[in-house]
Amino acid sequence: MGGRRWFKLGAIGTAAGAFSGLFGVGGGTIIVPLLILWLGYEEREATGTSLAAIAVIAAIAAGLQGAYGNVDVQRGVLIGMPAVAGVLAGTALQQRVPQRAISLLLAGLLVVVAIDLVVR
Amino acid sequence: MIVAMAIGLAAGVAAGMLGVGGGILFVPALVIFLGFSQLDAEATSLLAIVPVALVGAWRQHGYGNLRLGEGVALGGLSAAGALGGVVAANSVPQRALELGFAALALAIAAQLVHRAVREDTP
Repeated sequence: MGGRRWFKLGAIGTAAGAFSGLFGVGGGTIIVPLLILWLGYEEREATGTSLAAIAVIAAIAAGLQGAYGNVDVQRGVLIGMPAVAGVLAGTALQQRVPQRAISLLLAGLLVVVAIDLVVR
Repeated sequence: MIVAMAIGLAAGVAAGMLGVGGGILFVPALVIFLGFSQLDAEATSLLAIVPVALVGAWRQHGYGNLRLGEGVALGGLSAAGALGGVVAANSVPQRALELGFAALALAIAAQLVHRAVREDTP
């Protein structure tokens, strides 16, 4: 991996971390489109790689929040279990839609996030 | 509780389809339907995201859509970014940050649409 690529990865990571640290919105909303636009990822690759990054980020952050006693483990598991079933369905479904549709759905999500930031 | 679990399911589908963690749905579900405070909801949402992201990344690996090294590097670099975010939050007005990031989100959305419309191959 060249220096330039590392620089871009660093910039994307910084933006994603800042975004989630500031607004409590997951970094994935920023990571996926920037992997596509800056690093030439295909849509599916960007979403898969983003999930690996999120697993690292969320594990660190959840550990820190847990140390402050803010995590409700029981209800976190209750809401997380159906979500694991959902992600199995979502990834399977994603293999069957055109990459372009993923990009357009992401654009829609970003517009929703922008509106939420402005009206809050 | 049933509604919150249904929203959890939807959050998982969104996570698989779009490569996000699902917090955008977890947090309001915990606040509105289970009476969490915003802080507790964000903290608990992070815990729920971990298994979702792990299983999603594992499935995408099976489909050949994971660059593990860059993903893990990105995750580590984001931790540094989160620290920077906390510093920025204390030195810049919150409203300026919200509007700045809203503009950034719209600019990225416009580029995605432009690229998707321009491409001939799906």
